[in-house]
Amino acid sequence: MRVVIHDDICQGHQACAIVAPDVFGSDEIGNGVVLITGDLPAELHDLARRAQRNCPEHAITITD
Amino acid sequence: MADSQPVQDWLSDYDIFAHEFMVDPYPVMREIREGACPIAHTDRYGGSWLPTRYDDVVAMAQEHDVFTSRQIIVVPPVPGAAEGAYGAVAAPPITSDPPDHHWHRRLILAAFSPQSVATFEGGTRALCNRLIDGFIDKGVADAAEGYAQQIPARVISAMLGVPVEMADEFTGWVQGALDLQNPKGRLEARMKILPFFHAQVQDRRTNPREHDLITTLVNSVDDHGDPVPDSYVIGVCNLMLIAGVDTTWSSIGSALWHFAQHPEHREQLRNRPSLWPMAIEELLRAYSPVTMARIVDRDIEFQGCPMKAGDRVLMAFPAANRDPRHFPNPDVVDFEREHNRHVAFGSGIHRCAGSNLARLELRVALQTWMERIPEFKLVDPGAVTWAAGQVRGPRQCLVRFPVATSPVN
Repeated sequence: MRVVIHDDICQGHQACAIVAPDVFGSDEIGNGVVLITGDLPAELHDLARRAQRNCPEHAITITD
Repeated sequence: MADSQPVQDWLSDYDIFAHEFMVDPYPVMREIREGACPIAHTDRYGGSWLPTRYDDVVAMAQEHDVFTSRQIIVVPPVPGAAEGAYGAVAAPPITSDPPDHHWHRRLILAAFSPQSVATFEGGTRALCNRLIDGFIDKGVADAAEGYAQQIPARVISAMLGVPVEMADEFTGWVQGALDLQNPKGRLEARMKILPFFHAQVQDRRTNPREHDLITTLVNSVDDHGDPVPDSYVIGVCNLMLIAGVDTTWSSIGSALWHFAQHPEHREQLRNRPSLWPMAIEELLRAYSPVTMARIVDRDIEFQGCPMKAGDRVLMAFPAANRDPRHFPNPDVVDFEREHNRHVAFGSGIHRCAGSNLARLELRVALQTWMERIPEFKLVDPGAVTWAAGQVRGPRQCLVRFPVATSPVN
């Protein structure tokens, strides 16, 4: 599973980092960043999907 | 319909200042949301539209070129506010539209990132403890006026680098500026806030300080590389005060009002502290304090509503956040809610720039209270008073608690 935040859509709500702090964080202006490069470990898949469903801007894409 | 007449029909004559709406707006929002047209209209206060469904509110927030932010208050502008030395001072970036919105916002975002606001956690906790010290032996306290109201003005003062001793005065100015039915009082408040910050800006030009937001702003440049005008810096300070004080105190107050009536939620957090971040989001959803206005740019039809250029729209984020189409059992506070795409901080380019600071204050204020006052309840639910208008929260909220429930640390 790979996770991408679309920087042009993200408005810095931080919802992803609140739901899944092991997967998402913040850049210097508070926009979301994915902390894990490459494949996401299986134990984090559910959290990543939940974060995607909590993003008010629909800025997260997940590919299996 | 005169502005002071009782509401006959909420769909065509709503009144956000009506007592019924002030005390409990959610049944009214539901009535409009599930009625013949989920976008209500009123002729009161110069006229406005009120979208109540999540999808409509979010769609309007995203279409910022149609629903502009040239005014953000539901009543007409204060006469005289656009004149004189401070006529050009607004409240950027909340009152800004693209293209200026971009740099107006860019310059302040770093100060409000989660990393930046975290530096205020220790000071906020100490402040909360000092406030509790003042009433913990009494067994009764006003959770709104004696606690929630005291916190944000002091935190924002520390952040701006202005005297914390003036916090009560700042609070009074903010209340004046947001007293929407009193144009004279609003203008008076504006003419206290803007000269105060003008003097602060002039001071920083000659006496720059380290780790000081006003100094940083004074020394910043716009998108063309030119120094920012004083009117921008004064406007940002104006926004931080007005948007950062009443809103956060309303949120803290609403949450304490909720916890006073829900011992099971207090217990849940005691047993599972890891739920705190989700609890904060759920409280923000259920008790969203802020409703912002927009101005329609050009004649359009939106969901069958004929909107004219210049019309006001009230972005009812609190109504959107209780739309059952997006939040099952929306009136139930559920800290384990799986999907919480709430828009308490708005949506799109005007997402509340201070949201991370607001969350921090909310969490620290609630955690500190519940550590030291784990058991408490409302003295009289019917005696709680609420602020009306575009920011909703309790203004008086007396709670009773056992004395010496926890050791003083």
